[in-house]
Amino acid sequence: MTEAALPLWAEIIIAVLVLAGSAIALLGSWGLLRLKTYFERVHAPSIIATMGCWCVMHGTIVYFSLQGQGLALHSLLIALFVAITVPVTNIFLMRAALFRARRAGNDAPPSLSRSTGSQERDS
Amino acid sequence: MTHPVLSWALPIALCMLVLAMVLALVRLLKGPSAQDRVLALDCMYLNGMLLALVLGVLYGSSTYFEGALLIALFSFVGTTAMAKFLLRGEVIE
Repeated sequence: MTEAALPLWAEIIIAVLVLAGSAIALLGSWGLLRLKTYFERVHAPSIIATMGCWCVMHGTIVYFSLQGQGLALHSLLIALFVAITVPVTNIFLMRAALFRARRAGNDAPPSLSRSTGSQERDS
Repeated sequence: MTHPVLSWALPIALCMLVLAMVLALVRLLKGPSAQDRVLALDCMYLNGMLLALVLGVLYGSSTYFEGALLIALFSFVGTTAMAKFLLRGEVIE
């Protein structure tokens, strides 16, 4: 399956990191399924983007650095990209959900900038 | 392979990631509102990206990194476009 045999400590480190990342991904998805309201559910997958993604990314860095020559840092790019973009999409989704809850007349907190900036958005 | 640690751990990790995708798919299918479905799709994108990374370790090939990066990119673009649609009613004004 792999080209060169890794030492045992490297295999244990990679296995622990990858298993921890997968377990965190499973936990986040289970929270997405289990929690009651939308504003609780929106927090659950963020743990996949932070803890799960960084665990799996460190496992791949250890694996490919010991496999080839030199430090294989190209999977750091993925983790940095996810860490930058996931808060943006989460804020967008929460604003959309707040907008829809206010428009449907549900119980939602009022807008902070009530007077000027958000007139056309909240109307 | 001399030590069977990775050949046991990586299929277990793949099974857990696929189970996570199935849980997100259940939320995608039964989500009561539209933003629940968008959030579940975003969660499925993240799980698929982790799945591609683990597959890259399993097959020992770094080609899967480009796939994972593309999945992350499409996740951002797609989720932002759908959230903008939910917020405004159209994507490009």
